[in-house]
Amino acid sequence: MRAYPTIVALSSGAGRAGVAVVRVSGERARFALETIAGAVPGARKAAYRALRDHDGAVIDHSLVLFFPGPASFTGEDVAEFHIHGSRAVLSRLLAVLTGLPGLRLAEAGEFTRRAFEAGKLDLAAVEGLADLIDSETEWQRRQALRQMEGALGRAAGEWRRALIKAMTLLEAEIDFSDEGDVGGPLIADAVAEAQGVLGSLRSALGSFAAGERVREGFVVVLAGPPNAGKSSLLNALARRDVAIVSPIAGTTRDAIEVRLDLGGIPVVLVDTAGLRESSDAIEAEGVRRARQKAAHADLVLRLRSPDSDPERADSEGDDLAVATMIDLGGVARPGEIGVSAVTGAGLPELIDIIASRLGKLGQAEPALVTRERQRVAVADAATAIERAGMLSHEQSELIAEELRIAVRALERLIGKVDVEDVLDSLFSGFCIGK
Amino acid sequence: MTLRSCLTSELDMLNAQVNQHYDVVVVGGGHAGAEAAAAAARAGARTALITQQIATVGAMSCNPAIGGLGKGHLVREIDALDGIMARCADQGGIQFRMLNRRKGPAVRGPRAQADRRLYREAVQASLAAQDNLTLVEGEAFDLDIVAGAVTGVVLADGRRFACGTVVLTTGTFLRGLIHIGEKKIPAGRVGEAPSLGLSATLERHGFPLGRLKTGTPPRLDGRTIDWSGLEMQPGDDPPEPFSAMTDAITTPQISCGVTRTTLATHELIRANLHRAPMFSGQIEGRGPRYCPSIEDKVGRFGDRDGHQIFLEPEGLDDPTVYPNGISTSLPEDVQLGLLKTIPGLERAAMLRPGYAIEYDYVDPRALKPTLETRAISGLFLAGQINGTTGYEEAAAQGLLAGLNAARRTGGSVALSLDRTQSYIGVMVDDLVTRGVTEPYRMFTSRAEFRLSLRVDNADERLTPLGIAQGLVSSARRERYESRQSEIVKLTEVLRQRTLSPNEAAAAGLELNRDGVRRSAFQILSYPAIDFAALLRVWPDLEAFSEAARARVAADATYAVYLDRQAAEIDSYQRDQALPLPSDLDLDGISGLSNELRAKLRASWPDNLAQAGRIEGMTPAALTLLAAHARKRQAGRSTASAETLTL
Repeated sequence: MRAYPTIVALSSGAGRAGVAVVRVSGERARFALETIAGAVPGARKAAYRALRDHDGAVIDHSLVLFFPGPASFTGEDVAEFHIHGSRAVLSRLLAVLTGLPGLRLAEAGEFTRRAFEAGKLDLAAVEGLADLIDSETEWQRRQALRQMEGALGRAAGEWRRALIKAMTLLEAEIDFSDEGDVGGPLIADAVAEAQGVLGSLRSALGSFAAGERVREGFVVVLAGPPNAGKSSLLNALARRDVAIVSPIAGTTRDAIEVRLDLGGIPVVLVDTAGLRESSDAIEAEGVRRARQKAAHADLVLRLRSPDSDPERADSEGDDLAVATMIDLGGVARPGEIGVSAVTGAGLPELIDIIASRLGKLGQAEPALVTRERQRVAVADAATAIERAGMLSHEQSELIAEELRIAVRALERLIGKVDVEDVLDSLFSGFCIGK
Repeated sequence: MTLRSCLTSELDMLNAQVNQHYDVVVVGGGHAGAEAAAAAARAGARTALITQQIATVGAMSCNPAIGGLGKGHLVREIDALDGIMARCADQGGIQFRMLNRRKGPAVRGPRAQADRRLYREAVQASLAAQDNLTLVEGEAFDLDIVAGAVTGVVLADGRRFACGTVVLTTGTFLRGLIHIGEKKIPAGRVGEAPSLGLSATLERHGFPLGRLKTGTPPRLDGRTIDWSGLEMQPGDDPPEPFSAMTDAITTPQISCGVTRTTLATHELIRANLHRAPMFSGQIEGRGPRYCPSIEDKVGRFGDRDGHQIFLEPEGLDDPTVYPNGISTSLPEDVQLGLLKTIPGLERAAMLRPGYAIEYDYVDPRALKPTLETRAISGLFLAGQINGTTGYEEAAAQGLLAGLNAARRTGGSVALSLDRTQSYIGVMVDDLVTRGVTEPYRMFTSRAEFRLSLRVDNADERLTPLGIAQGLVSSARRERYESRQSEIVKLTEVLRQRTLSPNEAAAAGLELNRDGVRRSAFQILSYPAIDFAALLRVWPDLEAFSEAARARVAADATYAVYLDRQAAEIDSYQRDQALPLPSDLDLDGISGLSNELRAKLRASWPDNLAQAGRIEGMTPAALTLLAAHARKRQAGRSTASAETLTL
């Protein structure tokens, strides 16, 4: 018997954290590690590597580990990527990994199942894990239920109905072609029906990025030269110390994220390392990452302290210019907002302006697809229908196969579709039987 | 075997009355029974087939045709296991057609209309020539069951056959009741008595029985049909045989006529609907949606101006014509009246009216995937008794049940077939895991792995199994092996030879101009490129037989799809390969909900794949089941598993 497909999942908790662990299990784990991180480190030894996508672009720098089977959690070869806990990095890594041949996202409980199938867990441990999976899947079920009542559920129901109708036409043409009373342009109708679904799937995928933002929060980046007061402002907004604030330039060596509720809008506030050229390798990495963050931000707050060189302000476009330390003699120029992290002066105004800017962004069409798992399902379905569209009408069994794949992909969103559904629809729609 | 020794005296008592001993007794001489008896005997078991009338063994009680879409797959699979149906159809076939010929090879279906007498004679000749097999005339009335295991069959006349295993293939005979209009006639088939005793036996042992119905059209005298104005449909020329063992069809071939019902037909039916047992409430059983009566069609699709009818001769020297498309249980006078409204049939004489028949079936969820009943060890059921319809569905089950009956009585583990490997596996899995709500018929759309389960590769899928089981004759084995080696060789050659897009273009083959060299096998997967095009490039390939070329072309067509399905098949087979022991202590598995426990108890799944198809099953519960099953498996040898899945 062949090995299981290699599976990929975020195995640390979902959501924001300093570090996220992505685990890959299966016979292609080594291949995945080689492809993305270059050389495979020694067994169970951590190595610091740049993770690159297929174009060679860096996704992240991370610790990677390799656990050769059977001495691993699942008993199979396992690769681990300890990446920075950002949603964007995680999404990108998962997309790149699942784009590799033979790798796919794990289903709920799949890692655990492999672990005990390899005899790695005793029954008590399995039962404990099952409770966890249960609550997880229960949570997913409720989540799915909510969505079923919402826009995605309605849309998925429509897609399903349309695809079943298309499959019905195809199966009528295949299984009852000897019936004189089944006729007409069945295949053309089936293909047209499926292409209609494809259009909807594509626009749903287009809204994915926007939907993820609403769910995960808008990214607001604090940018500016060292000692411009970014960390102080972040702490003032978060009302707690999350980054080391000190007067020495270059203290903040990493992007620090804080989730905030600003005027009812979910916001992820990101502090960046001081944007200056540095000879310190780690700090240079912080600078690089900050620039990347800023490039993907929904809003950038460009900070300037009273003693900074005004020539160096590289404020551009929609960025919001902020003058800090007004308690220490800073003065807001025209177009700037003056704030003090120490006295709190100007903060309410700043929050209002951020909220109103983001509020405008959030008024876009509500997104249907908001989670990576949903995106993968919808994208798989769309790809299959695209392939079906390229087949000739003489290949009706292949068109049917592609639609079956598409329906299976959608099953992951809306529950199982059965051949009986197709037959029910078929028998009520055609006069069959000699 | 302490239990056995306790029962010795009871057994001795039974033995005193026993007339004969057999390894396997098959009850019923229809298509399931004939195939079951032949398979058990081929597998080496001393076998008896008990039937009410030896003269009707192999009779086609309804449509005189074998095969079709989905059904043709079953016939080829039966043939791959050296069953008799395909060869008999080749001997009796008088019109062969490959349905869906213009579609892909995965959905083609061979069909033949058969001369009713020639087919029946071919079946009887096959059984007569079979070693280890005895035919017995009589009505099976009861089963001897000792300590939960079948030990013999009792006949209505008091004779008693002791045996190791029994295969029941009673078709529509269990409490069969024929309806013609208001008339009700207890019968298994027209002119044959129903079987009442066995229904009582099954009921007594707690089998869940249900009621199904099916129907048949009136039979016409072909000499009174006006063929002159009718469209005629010929068969394929040359006809393609069902069996790998048949070189050519030698029986003369005929054409069928085609006509239609008219608005006048529909009006007459509407005026008499209250007299149709289907509508008057006289019939309780459910009929098949895909084989509706003409009154059903008019009721459901009343707006149509006509329904097609194929006029199929029942034999070369038999004037009887089967009007395919007007199955009915309307009263005889209405049947006569409606014939007069159909073009070509205005003056047709009716030899026998159409009828509906209701019969008992056993909920097939009472069966294991080996077709052995869960409740009684050694008792197998096959055919319409399991809620299916069709000769092919019956025969395919008969073959599996017969083989397993022989294996069990010989002390071997029974076999089950996998959904990923055969239509037989799909059918049996559907039956035993989901049950039926109407007579079950095979369709290609039931097979999710339809692209790999083709009529052209049935031998590759199943003949090796048949060889391993001793089911296959040495002649077939040799033929299979030589064909297979030619296919392997051709595939190898095609994978080695390559063309660049420019070289291909020079030979008139249009490929993507991407500079990539492709193998001949890959090139063959292009829908616009057939084998003839390859022959223009490599004329020496002509040395390979046409059959081998067609087969490899089909493999090439689907290669990329089969790769894509491989993962799906793998995960299915892994789950399938993990048996759930029948004595697994569900209460001892903490974390299973009571609801799931109840569902698991109701339809005890044999393996994890079946458990996964239970409604409401969660990943967590499946995880727990698998863990416990695996612990148990580790504690005992796999050879003790009850079922071997191939």
